[in-house]
Amino acid sequence: MEKDTPINELLQKPIVAINIGVQDFAEALQDQGVRVVNVTWSPPAGGDAEMLAILEKLL
Amino acid sequence: MLTESIVLPNRYLDSVFLMRVAKRLAGEPGIIQAAVVMATPKNLQVLADAGYAGVDTLGASVNDLVVSLQAETREGARAVLDSMDDWLQRDSGPVGATMVRTLDQALNAQPASNLAVVSVPGEFAAGEARSALESGLNVFLFSDNVSIEDELSLKEMAREKGLIVMGPDCGTSIIGGAGIGFANVVRRGPIGVIGASGTGIQEVTTLVHRWGSGISHAIGIGGRDLSDAIGGISALQAIDALEADPATSVIVLLSKPPGKKTRSLIDERIAQCSKPVVTCYLGILEAQPAGNGSATYTRNLDAAASAAVKLAGGDTGADGVETQETVSTDSASVDSVSIERALLMPGQRYIRGVFAGGTLCYQAQQIIRDAGLTVRSNEPLEKGMKLEDSRRSTGHALVDMGADEFTRGYPHPMVDSSQRAERIIAEANDRQVAVLLLDIILGYSASADPAGELAPAIRQAKRLAEQRGGHLTVAASICGSPGDPQGLETQTERLRDAGAIVFSTGLKAAQFATAVVSGRDA
Repeated sequence: MEKDTPINELLQKPIVAINIGVQDFAEALQDQGVRVVNVTWSPPAGGDAEMLAILEKLL
Repeated sequence: MLTESIVLPNRYLDSVFLMRVAKRLAGEPGIIQAAVVMATPKNLQVLADAGYAGVDTLGASVNDLVVSLQAETREGARAVLDSMDDWLQRDSGPVGATMVRTLDQALNAQPASNLAVVSVPGEFAAGEARSALESGLNVFLFSDNVSIEDELSLKEMAREKGLIVMGPDCGTSIIGGAGIGFANVVRRGPIGVIGASGTGIQEVTTLVHRWGSGISHAIGIGGRDLSDAIGGISALQAIDALEADPATSVIVLLSKPPGKKTRSLIDERIAQCSKPVVTCYLGILEAQPAGNGSATYTRNLDAAASAAVKLAGGDTGADGVETQETVSTDSASVDSVSIERALLMPGQRYIRGVFAGGTLCYQAQQIIRDAGLTVRSNEPLEKGMKLEDSRRSTGHALVDMGADEFTRGYPHPMVDSSQRAERIIAEANDRQVAVLLLDIILGYSASADPAGELAPAIRQAKRLAEQRGGHLTVAASICGSPGDPQGLETQTERLRDAGAIVFSTGLKAAQFATAVVSGRDA
């Protein structure tokens, strides 16, 4: 097992997080002193999952 | 009673926040019930079924927010709806300081990021997780309703890049002391935990803490990781990572029994591990050896935590296992079993469990089954033991109130206890019930006062039994650590004041419940 894979680094270094979704999770991380950026997320492509799947294929 | 609703077009807010707003709205004078949801077809159907008249004909689409109030008067409802903008303002606090709308913007704002925490609705979750992996981020995937195909492709992609996907449907991880999702405040120490379930991780990590040791990391892998469809991709990566981690000296693996092929893969890997590995496959039927090489097999969460603490050289002195056990919150003894039994009326014979934690529900079924009793559940150990109707218990029955069928459109019982309180009363109305079995889960992101939310229902349930001339034993376990925001002692006191017998572990509460009904099931 290599020692420098991203997983191993995750366990050795402080977490630096990006939160996408429930804002409470970002706040809980912040309360623990974790660096976190919260993404103010909204459903892409007007919330239409089918349209999103098509867009993902096209882009 | 009447229903008044409004549609707020193109307004997305996360479901946890919206449920909190709904709860506050329902506390307004003249408002009977309130719903605040994104207008997905599923959500609108749930509201229509719950009696919110006309919500399905508002013309709202999935990107719109719907607020619907059941009120005493139209004027009262309108007054609240007119001030909706104020209600929906969230105190964004410091996390709102950097306003970004996409993952790319977030990465620009914080290039050192190493983890994405994803909790968007299921149909979008795989896409967000994939983008995060492509950007070189590990992923904590809280969202459920991710297909098994998506899970497999995400995990294969992650493995290729040396990244890990924790989840989907991952409730808890603790990385380097930082709790992600529903996690407790536990001390750092030599024990690394890998868990397929959030509450399993919470129970073991808090027990390790309460028994004097600590946690290096706890890595959630999602409930399906050890199925043969996924083949334990994240579990195997987590074993590798914890084996390489200098802070970890003992590894614990918690899961339901793995798929057959995956079980051999995992067993082989554990046998080669240079660190001791404690496994706990809850619900497993076949006999297991006590150990094999570096592996120690256990059958419940308490045994797993205890074995790990001992393997890590747990001190049995002032702060160690034995001492902690004797000063634990447990109030059960042989005496209290006979006291409870003496108060029951003939015909009171069943255990009814109303759980917030799926794994604690599952473990309790195992205890009751091992005692030779037949126990049913909406999430049964074996298919044949499934409750015919999840909303109506028969015989010994344990209900996992966190299962999808109860959380569609409603908050999870770890966040809000309303549905559990109702179910407690429903169970207490059955004169054959002898013991009510409950779990209280503390920690980050959980309800601020779960015991306080359940206390009135516990009191009322006991009163109902007493009015019939009987007695209701309430056995409750608390999963939490003294450092949790809710306060372990305060929560314990609230339960005791309501008349519950409080246990420090789910296992002990289930064992107590089983002892109380033993021999009454004829």
